Amino acid sequence: MLIFISTRSLWYMLPDEDFAMLREVLRREPSDLEVACFENLWSEHCSYRSTRALLRTLPTTGRNVLLGPGDDAAVVRFSEECAIAIGMESHNHPSYVDPYDGAATGVGGIVRDILSMGARPIALMDPLYFGPLGEEKNRYLFEHVVAGISNYGNCIGVPVVRGETVFDPSYSGNPLVNVVCVGVVHPERFITARVKVPGSRLLLVGSSTGRDGLGGASFASRDLSEDSEAADRPSVQIGDPYTEKLIIEAVLEMAATGSVLSCRDLGAAGLAGASSEMASTFGAVIHADRIHLREEAMNPVEIMLAESQERMLLEVAPGDVLRMGAIAEKYELQWSDIGEVIEESRYVVMFHGEVVCDLPMDLLVDGAPPCAWERKPYSAEKPFARPAGSLKDLALRVLSHHDVARSDWIYEQYDKDVQLRTVSFINDAAVLRLKDGALVFSCGCNPRHIYLRPYEGTANSVLENAANLACLGAEPLCIVNCLNFASPVHPEIYWQVEQSVLGLGDMARTLDVPVVGGNVSLYNESDEYGTQIKPTPTIGMAGKGRVVKWVPPPDGCNLAVVGADTPSFGGSVLDAVTGCGGAAPPVADAGTVSAVRDLVREGRIVTATDLSHGGLCAALAKMAPAARIELGGDPVADLFSESYGRFLVAYRDESALRGLEYRVIGETGGADLRIGCSGREVRITGKELDAALSSLTAVMRY
Amino acid sequence: MRFAVVQFGGSNCDLDTQYVLQEVCGIDTDLVWHRDGLKRHYDAVIMPGGFSYGDYLRAGAIAARTPVMAEICRHATQGKLVLGICNGAQTGSEAGLVPGTFTINAYPKFISREVHLRVENTSSPFTSHYRKDEVIQVPIAHKEGRYIAGDAVIRRLNQENRVAFRFCDRDGTISEAANPNGSIENITGVLSKEGNVLLMMPHPERASEKVLGSEDGRRIFDSMIAHIEEHA
Repeated sequence: MLIFISTRSLWYMLPDEDFAMLREVLRREPSDLEVACFENLWSEHCSYRSTRALLRTLPTTGRNVLLGPGDDAAVVRFSEECAIAIGMESHNHPSYVDPYDGAATGVGGIVRDILSMGARPIALMDPLYFGPLGEEKNRYLFEHVVAGISNYGNCIGVPVVRGETVFDPSYSGNPLVNVVCVGVVHPERFITARVKVPGSRLLLVGSSTGRDGLGGASFASRDLSEDSEAADRPSVQIGDPYTEKLIIEAVLEMAATGSVLSCRDLGAAGLAGASSEMASTFGAVIHADRIHLREEAMNPVEIMLAESQERMLLEVAPGDVLRMGAIAEKYELQWSDIGEVIEESRYVVMFHGEVVCDLPMDLLVDGAPPCAWERKPYSAEKPFARPAGSLKDLALRVLSHHDVARSDWIYEQYDKDVQLRTVSFINDAAVLRLKDGALVFSCGCNPRHIYLRPYEGTANSVLENAANLACLGAEPLCIVNCLNFASPVHPEIYWQVEQSVLGLGDMARTLDVPVVGGNVSLYNESDEYGTQIKPTPTIGMAGKGRVVKWVPPPDGCNLAVVGADTPSFGGSVLDAVTGCGGAAPPVADAGTVSAVRDLVREGRIVTATDLSHGGLCAALAKMAPAARIELGGDPVADLFSESYGRFLVAYRDESALRGLEYRVIGETGGADLRIGCSGREVRITGKELDAALSSLTAVMRY
Repeated sequence: MRFAVVQFGGSNCDLDTQYVLQEVCGIDTDLVWHRDGLKRHYDAVIMPGGFSYGDYLRAGAIAARTPVMAEICRHATQGKLVLGICNGAQTGSEAGLVPGTFTINAYPKFISREVHLRVENTSSPFTSHYRKDEVIQVPIAHKEGRYIAGDAVIRRLNQENRVAFRFCDRDGTISEAANPNGSIENITGVLSKEGNVLLMMPHPERASEKVLGSEDGRRIFDSMIAHIEEHA
């Protein structure tokens, strides 16, 4: 018999056609908890209804891939002794409603995803996309998102080693907070999130369950309406990094015993989401009345769907329950034995002896009918109009754009050194030492280019991450992604999604790097600002290299630009500051990237940095702020074009560059950045450079 | 010789500190979970960095009231060495091992940065391997690291040569610009009256291997080891 609990109409957001289908398949009225389970598990956030077919086109396998997409995180072999667990998540909507807690719990969630593989989390990267900081509300959101990441990441002792910040008006009202986490685990000892043995017990470890975050998964799949701040506040969870740190140590201690059969973190759709997905290989009976609670009189719908943070679900043999419980208690964590794995493919929830949910497993976790969306190409490129102003003026405006300016105001708030692995941090990519080599990371994408040409822009963003790794001599191992888009209801948006995924897949195949995991965040729109975000398929890339530190070149090195330039201004920083328009860059040649990687690895060039946001101008300011440069062609194209697959390299022996397309542009040393073109010299003093590059700090540090 | 690194809930530099002592300095080092207590003889006890109890209430305030803290204070009273690093320093000051307090930074954000320190005292068990006024590079990573104390305390610390380190610039100049968190007189390492307790905000374990950018911090551990060997 099924018990029906009277709940608020809040739950009934399941689309009518889904509801009708449920009724037909079950041949009865679904209970409130059942409806709520479907409502959450069939939401876009959990089921990828809009994107599943597209995501299947991505290359996900490779000789090093031990576990591809579909689990809490992917596992990729790094060496004989070491594998990495890697995942990427978004926490966009909660971070708008409550920036500090939204960003913090985003970090907590992805860290537990990595932990649930039995891996120790060793690094985080945070790509952030915000509205312009000239606006007070954007500054408020940005300040508190950074503080939320900082406090949570620092407290749990996982260094934030990399990130990206893009500021564009399309993110006002809907900033993006994405996060990548990487962990390490022995290649033969990782744990998955699928139950293994009928009859084993399910233990819930960690924080007690309250009414926090109810309906978060479905909340994330709606666009932000004007009143979202007040009405949705209960949907945002509060993080407790102290408990998270204890959970990390406790779960790793449990995993080390070899007795954890499977493990999953509780995220979207709470215990219902975690337990049903985890048990999908068999079935499960959950006793909702055995869960440690922090609030009174919670009904089973609330208990099963609450998104209280810092909780993990573990499958252990009945004989190991007390031993695992003792480890939890050592760390002063609460735990409950909440159910068991059953042979039958059913998902059953009991509450004080009554059945409150009884569903066929496959319907719940795989039954969400895919959504078909219309697509419609668009063209947004404008013809290039040469910007007014002197070259120096344009250079300083580009350098002081917050995408280009120094980001030390952000990164100084992150503990980058904890765990003693961070060798290189500042430029292009982060280098972390492991026992047998270095793990090298990069993340980001260029939404302005992707907006103009979704396919090319996304392919180039993948290449740009590989180029970042190449600057440290590292080879890509794997890609994770976070597909942030506006609502697929608009045919132009769904076209963006499709083109981006195709571009991602094609460049991943060109580079022979598998896409091992990701996340989809749709409906990123704001009624308040009338904005849709620019398409933002953020890439996280991990690679393998040697333990090296990026160091700027000493005086007296020659400088060259390597790679072919197709002057491209559309979507560049120059376009952002002057509105000059132009075409977005075509897909670049991946060959240059691997050639530069080899030169760095073989020590044949001194330093390399890739040209991206802000073009050569930004690369010079960062790598060679004191140098003498002679430009041969059109100085505006030379300095500000943002075509991909190009590097600024410092070298001593020009023969290293033989066989590559390159142009010698000057040498390092002297005072100031002196740029000569057609007989005239533009001189940017160290002081002027510093003032331009400090623009983000200047606006944030009040 | 044996060191203990005490783990409170939320310590997160415990493994780093043990690794440096054991693998870089070659000293047997136990990780001691705070609830297990100091069960054997230790020549030195280190309270590592981190966020004990999530920094709830005040950084170090709750850890300072755990039972193991009474044992650490006893260990100090016996003249044995106690080093508190970052959260360990906050905890030690909460427990009264040295006077003064580490409080929220003048710019009230977390700050993670390479900084220069001038070595002020070279006669303590922690600093004998440095030269007087030597400038060393050690990173900081804290939000509550601004050292404050009353005028009388500061005067006494200066008179008794109990300031171990001050923030300085590359050339050793003590200035406001070189003071990342607003500490009084740029003080960031303080010794107990007997000299056997050092509380410091910078992280010497993060500056103990060349590959991580600096080996300057390692000499604190080397000084401790030499002191213990001399007094064995």
